[in-house]
Amino acid sequence: MIPARFDYEVAESVEHAIELLDGNDDAKLLAGGHSLLPLMKLRLARPAALVDIGRLSALAGVSNGSGPLLRIGALTRHHELANDPLVQEHCPILAYTAGLVGDRQVRHRGTIGGSLAHGDPAGDLATIALTLDAQIVARGPNGERTIDAAEFFKGFYETALAPNELITEVRIPKTEAAHWSYIKFRRRALDWATVGVAAVVESANGGIEAARIGLTNMGPTPLRATAVEQALAGASTDSVEAAAAKADEGTSPPADSFASADFRRHLSRVLTARAVEEALSR
Amino acid sequence: MRSIAITVNGVRRELDVEPRQLLVYALREQLGLTGTNVGCDTTTCGACTVHLDGESVKSCTVLAVQADGREVTTIEGLQSNGDLHEMQRAFHENHALQCGYCTPGMIMAATSLLKEHPDPSDEEIRYGLEGNLCRCTGYHNIVKAVQAVAGA
Repeated sequence: MIPARFDYEVAESVEHAIELLDGNDDAKLLAGGHSLLPLMKLRLARPAALVDIGRLSALAGVSNGSGPLLRIGALTRHHELANDPLVQEHCPILAYTAGLVGDRQVRHRGTIGGSLAHGDPAGDLATIALTLDAQIVARGPNGERTIDAAEFFKGFYETALAPNELITEVRIPKTEAAHWSYIKFRRRALDWATVGVAAVVESANGGIEAARIGLTNMGPTPLRATAVEQALAGASTDSVEAAAAKADEGTSPPADSFASADFRRHLSRVLTARAVEEALSR
Repeated sequence: MRSIAITVNGVRRELDVEPRQLLVYALREQLGLTGTNVGCDTTTCGACTVHLDGESVKSCTVLAVQADGREVTTIEGLQSNGDLHEMQRAFHENHALQCGYCTPGMIMAATSLLKEHPDPSDEEIRYGLEGNLCRCTGYHNIVKAVQAVAGA
């Protein structure tokens, strides 16, 4: 399968990329290409032009600001995220989950910025960004802005990015003291998540102080299971199962060849209980 | 058309490609390196795995223009002076193939895995090769072959 014809430009800088995007409404950014190229090969996407930002090495890599945020360049590849000592230390759920994306070859190419910009509700890293209240830094012709993850994912394959904006950085709050888990349910190796659940739990005095629960593939965007979060806040560890029973409240899971919507609802409840228990044991 | 130059198996190759040309077809059809197979053509099966700047990638999901100025190694590039690479020999000696279609990609994925992870456990080998499918279900012997090289 071969993509439809397109014009191809190599961006020499972030400014150059914005300029190229700004002049062409039907242009798409190419980073690692592991979300976009498969769609183009199936002709589900037919951009008139690709702006290749894959060589902008300044956008890759992880740095540790002095504050509470880890700064991750948009072109940082999943394989690097999974193996980066700073990410492993300060945000282990992100390193762990990056290691579950696709397969080894995919992780050598796919980037965190591309993954978030793609806006696929079955994407694992989008759920982690939402669960951790990440900030997404985007640059366009009018300069830079920071978008909270809660405001970023707008719909199926839709984000808050304008057509002439690109993600330069993802800022992730450090979570080192919290307990965490990400459970990805899939039928076969290298599938997308049928359902995924992220849990980040802060405990105190033998109970749960606060919990953040994120859901993958339970609606048109990644979601927070707010009913579960409310039920777990200040709760005892005995109440996990009762709280997890609320995981599918407010979700609208898809039905496809892997699972019915009802089975996804069931999975979200079971996996939420497991994820919280696993987080507490970690 | 764009003119690009890729160092393939240590030799600089110049070629003209349409931007939409996939790396795997540039290798197979323009450079005649047919050792790399196309299996699923959907980033799933791993038959088309090659190394791009030393890392395993699925060449059905990389544009040839993305490889401009970079180094590509295919299965043809593993042997030296007619001697099989130790991974190729281990696949042979451990009967790690039946039909052989997945084998070039499997070997390229396995050599990349050992480069990053020189002493993997059985489970880590299976996880490391999850992007490569063998439909003769020869996985046990494939894992044995990789273990043989890792333990050597």
